[in-house]
Amino acid sequence: MSETPESDGDTANTAAAAAAAVDAEEVRHVAELARVNLADDEVERFTEEFADILDSFAALDEVPETERDEELINVMRADEVREGLTQEEALANAAETEDGFFKGPKVS
Amino acid sequence: MAADHNVFITEESIEGDAEGPLVGRTVAVKDNLSTAGVRTTCGSEMLADYVPPYDATAVVRVKDAGATIVGKANMDEFGMGTTTETSAFGPTRNPVDPDRVPGGSSGGSAAAVAAGEADLALGSDTGGSVRCPAAFCGVVGIKPTYGLVSRYGLIAYANSLEQIGPIANTVEDAATLLDVIAGPDPHDGTTRDAGADSNYAAAANGDVDGMTIGVVTELFDGADERVVETVEAAIADLESRGAETVEVSLPSLEYAVQAYYVIAMGEASSNLARFDGVRYGHRGESDGNWNESFAETREALGAEVKRRILLGTYALSAGYHDAYYAKAQDARAWIKADFDDAFESVDVIASPTMPVLPFELGESLDDPLRMYLADANTTPVNLANLPAISVPAGTADGLPVGLQLVGPAFGEEAIVRAASAVEHDL
Repeated sequence: MSETPESDGDTANTAAAAAAAVDAEEVRHVAELARVNLADDEVERFTEEFADILDSFAALDEVPETERDEELINVMRADEVREGLTQEEALANAAETEDGFFKGPKVS
Repeated sequence: MAADHNVFITEESIEGDAEGPLVGRTVAVKDNLSTAGVRTTCGSEMLADYVPPYDATAVVRVKDAGATIVGKANMDEFGMGTTTETSAFGPTRNPVDPDRVPGGSSGGSAAAVAAGEADLALGSDTGGSVRCPAAFCGVVGIKPTYGLVSRYGLIAYANSLEQIGPIANTVEDAATLLDVIAGPDPHDGTTRDAGADSNYAAAANGDVDGMTIGVVTELFDGADERVVETVEAAIADLESRGAETVEVSLPSLEYAVQAYYVIAMGEASSNLARFDGVRYGHRGESDGNWNESFAETREALGAEVKRRILLGTYALSAGYHDAYYAKAQDARAWIKADFDDAFESVDVIASPTMPVLPFELGESLDDPLRMYLADANTTPVNLANLPAISVPAGTADGLPVGLQLVGPAFGEEAIVRAASAVEHDL
């Protein structure tokens, strides 16, 4: 990420190195990526907590590479027309509608 | 009573069919299961006024079986919590000790059964959310094998991990409710044919003669001494009824809770993007563009939900994906392999459900990491897609202790049988 500081010899490829790199700027950056507005006190609180939580996740560095052979098969069926929600039902929970459509915020 | 313990978010009577195996029984339904025409909040401000236009499959099956639904049970917001304190509608109190939490995230469901507000309850279990509150409230809870119960109409938090499960006062009652909700559903492509004609309730006969029970050393390490003593006594009772116990070691389980949180948070960060304020749910008062409005709408989420969205986004982001998410998937595969190996020589695997006694209200809310680590014994089961039951093992200092029994995939009968023997000894 943009604010990852240079660390001495370590790379960000380990969770331990990543945990060490969390600061308030990093939390703000992730919040922006995730599109969640945070208040200043939330940033402060999360910065502190994320250091501890990510430090705990760093234990995953010790996990050996493991073969992940899922014996799963795709379940297919032909498309068929069925009853669905009516337009009215589909729109019933929307904050704003117009002419039978959802109305969202402007795109830009 | 209901108001005292804050068991329900919405009290509502929904009548079922006149005939069926659950006629005359009342059921509390966790508030992340869609109920047509009855608001379904997920314990969140985001969905405080959301009224689903359809029923979840599990809800349909409970109604078709003749049960009466008595309310939508309180829960941690979107299922994210181990105490039911992250609910936007206030915490539920543990009926056994009102100064303590009922566990979570299906705390309202377990408390409803423990307090006699409902005969039975439906919860959902992503990392222990049925078994933890069952253990803390002194009732029975089952997390079914992944794919046994349809998740259609369950408002998702982490799809690869979660299952809907029953909570009841007895093993037989929990198994009866599981029989009702189990089986394939064309609306959920992950369901299997297993469970279509199940009779798990018949397995609750207390007969463990000749059964081999694996005792996992890793899941006793670090547990509260009072919990360990109570669980060991229950296992000794099973031995006296003819079961054989053997110690098994699953070294991968040491990494389960970390792997679970990385995967669950990653899935949550994607899943909760659906709450955009456009199609349903709360919308912020923004005049800004789509992105600004979306970010403002999501201010309505509580701290634990924001925490998980951010950590999930972080763990999946370029540069960190390999360090967290890929390693977590390695751990998940390793855990599955460890369980597979163990089930070659044992029928079920026993451990404490929770390594701790029920927290006092407020005790863990400001320490998320402490809350996460309490899920050490339940999360491996979700990562391995296996079935597990929590059954009361006794009490310590007057507080309930749960014994967890894990079975092989679709081995619900084995865990029901073993758990019913524990119950017979109490």
